[in-house]
Order: sequence, then C-alpha cells, then structure tokens
Amino acid sequence: MMIAKNPYVPIPMRIEKVTVETEDRSIKTFDLSFIHKEDEQAFRYLPGQFAQLSVFGKGEAPFGIASSPTRAGLLQFTVSRAGLLTSALHQMEHGDLVGVRGPLGSGFPLQEMEGRDLLVIGGGFAFTTLRSLTNYVLERDIRGRFGKLTVIYGARTPGMLLYKGELEQWRQRDDPKLHVTVDAANGDWKGQVGMVPDVVSNVAPAADDTYAVVCGPPAMTRYTLPVLERLHFPPERVVLSLEMKMKCGIGMCGRCNIGSSYVCRDGPVFTLAELRRLPPEY
Amino acid sequence: MRAVLVAKDQMSVLLEALLQDHEVFAPVNDDALVAFRQVDSPQQVLLDYGNSTLPPKGLFFPQTETLFTYSLERGHLVLKEPQPASRSQVLFGVRPCDARSFTFLDRVFANGNQCDGCYLARRENCTVVGLSCGSPKATCFCSSVGGGPFSATGSDVLVTDLGTDYLVEAITDKGALLVESIGGCREANEDSLRRRREAEASAEATFRGAIRTEDMELRLQEMWDDPFWDRLHEKCIGCGVCTYLCPTCHCFDIVDEGSEQRGRRLRLWDSCMFPLFTQHASGHNPRPTGKERWRQRLMHKFRYWAESHGEAGCVGCGRCVVNCPVNLDIRQVLNEIESLSKRVE
Repeated sequence: MMIAKNPYVPIPMRIEKVTVETEDRSIKTFDLSFIHKEDEQAFRYLPGQFAQLSVFGKGEAPFGIASSPTRAGLLQFTVSRAGLLTSALHQMEHGDLVGVRGPLGSGFPLQEMEGRDLLVIGGGFAFTTLRSLTNYVLERDIRGRFGKLTVIYGARTPGMLLYKGELEQWRQRDDPKLHVTVDAANGDWKGQVGMVPDVVSNVAPAADDTYAVVCGPPAMTRYTLPVLERLHFPPERVVLSLEMKMKCGIGMCGRCNIGSSYVCRDGPVFTLAELRRLPPEY
Repeated sequence: MRAVLVAKDQMSVLLEALLQDHEVFAPVNDDALVAFRQVDSPQQVLLDYGNSTLPPKGLFFPQTETLFTYSLERGHLVLKEPQPASRSQVLFGVRPCDARSFTFLDRVFANGNQCDGCYLARRENCTVVGLSCGSPKATCFCSSVGGGPFSATGSDVLVTDLGTDYLVEAITDKGALLVESIGGCREANEDSLRRRREAEASAEATFRGAIRTEDMELRLQEMWDDPFWDRLHEKCIGCGVCTYLCPTCHCFDIVDEGSEQRGRRLRLWDSCMFPLFTQHASGHNPRPTGKERWRQRLMHKFRYWAESHGEAGCVGCGRCVVNCPVNLDIRQVLNEIESLSKRVE
C-alpha cells in the first residue's frame, strides 16, 4: 500500500495585507504569503478552487481563492464576517500567521471554455472566484486563448461592491466588457441601477459560442438561470459554483454531499446540466 | 489458505501467545457495555457474546483523535503530528458484519486519490480476527444486505466455533502470518469444514423475513419528493445514536481545542441527524428539519453509497434497531419503501 500523509495539516502563511472592501466593514480581503518556498511551489491552483483557512484556536473554514494563479507567491481570500472563525480572522492583521490547506475541489472548466466567449455573472461577495477567473483570463499570455469577455457584477449598494480599484482598471482598459450594477443607488453613484438578471437579459452576448459562469446569492442565481435559458444558453455551458458547510474538504467528513456528489471533491464548480441530475438539496 | 483447529480449552493459550507479540483488542464487559478494549489477559476476552454494544470502528477511526498540535510563539508556527502506534495490533473476535464494515471505511479513508494517512497506518498495523456468528440476534439482517454470519469479508483470519474446537482460517496473507505463528494446533480436515458448513447453514436459517434491498437505490431515485418522508421522521428525536453506533457511519467534525497560541486540532465523530451538521454560518441550512436529515441518512446508506460503490452502505448489524429510543426500525422503513414502490407498479 502507498504511504499517505496526514491530509489535515495546513501550511503556514503570513498575512501581508488586509483590505477593507465594503463600507460596512463586513468584508475584508486578506493577502497571504507563503512562509516556505516549497509550499509555494507545491500550491498550484486554478480559478474556482477553494482552500481551508485555519485560524488557530478557532478552527478552519472553506473560502474560494480570490487571487489569480498568475500572481505568483500570493493567495487572497475575501471573507465576510459571519461566524466565530471569520470574526476572529477579521481581528487579525499584517504579520499574523494562519494555516491554509489546499487547493481543494475542481476549478472552472478552463479547457472546455477555451476558444469561446465568456459571460461572467456575479453578485455580492460571491464574486471572489469570478474575480480570480477574470484576472486569469486577462493575463497577457493567456488572454488569446479565450474570446470576448463580458463581466456583469451587482451589489446591493455601491458601498458593498468588492475590488473597486480593480473594477475601475477593467473599465479603463475596456476589457472585459464590464457592467456594474447596484440594486439601490446612493450618494454620487453614476453607474447602472438594476437587478443582475435584468442586466443579463439586456447585455448578454449571443449564446451560440459562449460559456456563462454564475456565482451569487441564491435569489440572484434563481432569477438569472431562467434568463440564460431564455437566451438559449444550454445547461452544459452554464457553470455555477456552490457553497456548503465543509470540514474535511476531501470527501470524507460527509456533510457537503448533494446526492452522491460531494461539493468539496466533485465541485464546488458544476455545470447546470450536472446540477439538474442531482437532488435539489443545497 | 491454511486452516487449523484449536481446542476450546487451548484458546487462552493462543490468546496468551498473541499478547506476547501484539497489542490485542477484544470484546470485554465494560460496565453495562460490551466493547472492544485493549486486553492484557485472555480471561478478559468474551468469545460468547451476541455483538458488542459499540462497534469496533473506533480502533481505526477513533471517536476523538488529535490531528495535530499547534503552537505559535515569537512568530513561529510549530505543528506536530501524533506518532503512530509502534507495536502491531490484533483486533480479536470481530463479528462478520463489523469486519465487513472496515472495507466500507476503507473506501472513504483510503480511496486512492485522497488518503487519510493516520487511518491507513492503523489499518495496516492491525490484523483483524473475525468470529463467525453462530446465533444471530433477532435484530440482525446481515444476509439481507450482502453479508452473512460466516462472511470472511474484512477479516484477515476467521474463527468459527465448532463445539469442541475453534476452526481458525487464514483469509489474507496477513492472516496467514498470524495462523503460522500458532503452535500446538491440528490441521483442519474435511470433517471440520463440513461442520463449519452445517453451523453456517443453521445460523443462516435463523433469519426470518428477509428485507429486499437489491435495486433499493433505483426505488429511492424515484422517491425524492415522496410524501413518505413527511411522516417518517415525526417520532425521531434526533439523538443521533443510530449514527454513533453504526459501524459504517464515517461523518466527522474538525474543531480546535486551545488558545490562539497553543492547542490541538481534533477530529470527532459527527452525525447527519444533527441540525448544525449542515448549517452554514449565514444560517442557511440545506437540511433544516428531521425530514431532510432522515432522508439523507437513508438515501446515503441505500442510494448514494450504492450509486458510488455498487452495494448498500449498511452491514445489517442491527445496532440502530436495538438502540433507537423511539423504535424507528430501519428494516420496517425499507420494507415500507418496498411496498410503496409495489403500489406504484
């Protein structure tokens, strides 16, 4: 038999920077650096994958990787303060040590997506792995492998948008084709006001040769999928990423299953066609 | 493979010899329970017991185990993994249902791509000595779920009570090594194998009212929205004993114990029957009531496991039947599902 390691031991990483993303300070982005060079070399990931982030004394929890694998030596997680662990993480600062286990799960189906146009649809703080995907596709050496890139991103209010600086850079270079929208405007917001499904309905490219990638709160997803269907996106080319409570992240602890698929191991990325073959329990 | 006969009064000599070379875990009386514990003398070992109250899975998948300890001092993080046992182990007197359950746990923890090294090391370090089940209990149903009271699956050695002697059969290479080390025994002959077959037939004959579980996954595939689930869970109090005592249940939690500076990360048994098992930090819960949790437990054993591994994820030990405080009997549930699908046909 093979010699197998203890798969629960995380690698140590250092917090290099903490960025407050939203005006209510409930969402922060943590820039992490590897302590050991060999860990950095071994950590090869794809947009859409996740990792287990350890706050010692509190435990660990799964988060989508928000950075692009094209940024060597850097891992970013954008974390909403929701429970015990995330509250503790939000108290941490530059120089503090955390643990990371991963990369875990399947990434976005990049090979199948190559050569096609991409329609990225995100809402709220579920935009994290979509931001990884967008930055990955925009990378100079990679950009030519994909067709036109359209990004639709919505938040409740302007102050709840993530990655504001990056959104501005994308807008200025006009690639991706960017549509940022908010449910309700306030202050000096001059951009679009409206729900994500409506924006999709108005600006989505032709479905013929396009992959749609959707991550957002359940209500956004629920109302966006029928729009994509009306626009003739086949379920095989609609890609979603699911969230579940997880512990092990490697298909053993038994809590993130939907039918006989484990979200941690067989997902978190699924096509709509795959999801329709599973029980509706997520 | 080699098979030998050990006279009944010589079994303590055999156990004594095993104790010289191995850590031996065997069924013992522990307060009101029968449980597998490490023994230091043959007199402690129960060989005439129905089945243990607690399944022996804890030897490979402990109820609580340290995954690693951590300490954070002066900007340095030190993680230490526990050392595996240094002496070889023998798990003695396991009933065939429980021995078979180890092969199920292997599929979870030692499935190739993702392996749990701690589990694997414990499995490799241990020789499993099964004990055929001459008189199955009224709550047993191993033969309805692909096992049998004399099944050797999961055992390295199988011991069978033949009245005056024990028949000791090597099942695997690991088991053959153990049988080789037994002194003062006779080789089994045609007559002993005939008596074994008779004992097996008489044990099989005690099962009444077999449950039909073949193709159960196909029936369950059609039953996701069935009103059956609405009432099934009503008397369940969600205590989780069915999962804690189940030899094939493998769900676990991972938690930290300690401060920011020093402590350990633990793995603990968990249960799909608890509401927090699937509740997100946001409060969202994909399985919010007993209905969804009961459906999950049943579907996992009899549909999802079958879809993934080609057989039901239940070994028919009957512990969940015996110990349920509200008498929810999985055999009745399966029979009801069977009759529901007949009605549809």
